Amino acid sequence: MLFDHPLPEVIDRAGLDQLVKLLQADGYTVVGPTERDGALVLDELAGGADLPDGIGVETGAGHYRLRERADGAVFNHSAGPQSWKQFVHPPRQRVDAPEPVRRLAFIGVRPCDLAALAILDGVLGAAPYPDDRYLARRDQIFVVAVNCVEPGNTCFCASTGTGPAAEWGYDLVLTEQEGEGGHRFLLGTGSVAGEEILDRLTHRTATGGEIREARRAVDDAAGSMGRSMPETDLRGLLNRARGSEHWEQVANRCLACANCTMVCPTCFCTTVEDATDLEGDNAERWQRWDSCFDPDFSYIHGGAVRKSVGSRYRQWMSHKLSTWHDQFGTSGCVGCGRCIAWCPAGIDITAEAAALAEKERTR
Amino acid sequence: MIQAMRETARPARAEAMVPAAYTVVDHRRETHDTVTLTLLPGRGTALPRFRPGQFTMLSAEGIGEIPVSISGDPDDQHDGRLVQTIREVGAVSAALCRSEAGSEIGVRGPYGHGWRLASALDGDLLVVAGGIGLAPLRPLIRSALGRREHFGDVTLLAGARSYADLLYPLQLDAWARRRDTAVTVTLDRPDPGWTGRVGLITGPLAETAIVPERTTAYLCGPEIMIKVCADALAARGVPPERIQVSLERNMKCGVGWCGHCQLGPHLLCRSGPVCRWDAVADLLDIEEL
Repeated sequence: MLFDHPLPEVIDRAGLDQLVKLLQADGYTVVGPTERDGALVLDELAGGADLPDGIGVETGAGHYRLRERADGAVFNHSAGPQSWKQFVHPPRQRVDAPEPVRRLAFIGVRPCDLAALAILDGVLGAAPYPDDRYLARRDQIFVVAVNCVEPGNTCFCASTGTGPAAEWGYDLVLTEQEGEGGHRFLLGTGSVAGEEILDRLTHRTATGGEIREARRAVDDAAGSMGRSMPETDLRGLLNRARGSEHWEQVANRCLACANCTMVCPTCFCTTVEDATDLEGDNAERWQRWDSCFDPDFSYIHGGAVRKSVGSRYRQWMSHKLSTWHDQFGTSGCVGCGRCIAWCPAGIDITAEAAALAEKERTR
Repeated sequence: MIQAMRETARPARAEAMVPAAYTVVDHRRETHDTVTLTLLPGRGTALPRFRPGQFTMLSAEGIGEIPVSISGDPDDQHDGRLVQTIREVGAVSAALCRSEAGSEIGVRGPYGHGWRLASALDGDLLVVAGGIGLAPLRPLIRSALGRREHFGDVTLLAGARSYADLLYPLQLDAWARRRDTAVTVTLDRPDPGWTGRVGLITGPLAETAIVPERTTAYLCGPEIMIKVCADALAARGVPPERIQVSLERNMKCGVGWCGHCQLGPHLLCRSGPVCRWDAVADLLDIEEL
């Protein structure tokens, strides 16, 4: 979309601060990446200065560290421990009382996470029973996406078809550039709301050279991802692998800690709990994130259906890559790599998919 | 809580997670652990009409919510009445079973795909129920018997652990006395004086004469019973797409949001609880799916 835009615009680093201010003036709570506790978290920004200038990340299987960058890049860090899911589908919400809806502006949404929001729309926002609370929150969100020009070691969105270029689903899209000509952001619009903000920003028109450079950087990003899903029909592969002995091998490593489901930007499962005060006069009903790795998740009278860890990992991975298609018409994986980085055992969904494919080939 | 929920329900489109307030108007003890409640909606809170085989989510205030199949007569839904049979197996079901006439409970639904009866018109019906599995089958049987001339043979096989566990014994007696309906009850552990069948339901099933190409089968009970009976019927030539089974998984929300009731590609609250055997037979072969 950026590259189809008739005249991409350019803002500088101060323009980013101005963008945050304009959105705040319009009543948005602006949320974006910011450094805290040794990670880049997603939180409310007081101003553009809260963005992580010059902070990069180093990721690997079971590994995530911040690092100082040689340049001042703001958005060249791969996915952190949180995703935008926490704002549109909160970890805990009361379902039996109204909730004020905040106008949120997301700054720095990567293409993988844009795809994740579209997937959640299909899961929670679709007929026959759309989640009204989800839709009400989603309705109010202004999205500033960033094209990805520096994928990390755990990234594989090029192989899931969900990046590194943002195609749609944003109001504004940025491509960050450093070097000759200074630190700048090419800016494209994806909505009327985005165009209205652009009109109020200090900007200039991009040069042909800047546009070519942006295009090359995004193209290069597609070829420099640390990981990739095997090029095979994953949906069929996972279907055929239900009886595989491989799940037991994964279970030997998997701690069933549920980290992968908590950091996944599309894992949507919830449970509902009632709570009463000590007198029992007032009761509340709360919905909270749940995980298919919890043994109680599949509980029916008589016991859990999925007692073994292997069966729970099989459920998670098969749902993500295969049965999600049956239920919602898309894959549930966007290639963000969070489940790989935040797995304490370093289990890698791309490696497990490759192992299943290899086992099938050699059988 | 139910009061609070009613106040916050939006008039335009009721939120899917907000229960409607229903009043218990009849509390009937069926067996030592099973109760049938008749519920009536409060003013303006009636839910859509149910179809045989569907379920609702029933709330016990401050304790929780569980899925319960509807056991009433689909042709008797005047005043929005709901009849539900609950087996006491946990905290919520125990609280619901204690709900006396006059008490209020929350109801959401009805949800799910029920029994397909239209595709069985002019053919024979074979209903196989194990234990509490008779509850969701009762609306189907009543629906069929209410249109008896549209069907060929109607056969009901019902199994229970003991006579004390047998659901709706008077209803079964009444059906058995009909000349147009064949009813066989079998008990795992017969009481002294029991003159009927003894043993697993597979026994009478094997002895029931069927014309496979005109038979539609409806099965509900423990998963192992469903599996053995469906396999036996398929082996005798009943087309798998005309064997309908009602499956149980952890239905937590009923509306496809919570992810708990998955069985392979199915979200059973949406594509089930009643599924065609050809859609689930392979899945039930896999342990812990």
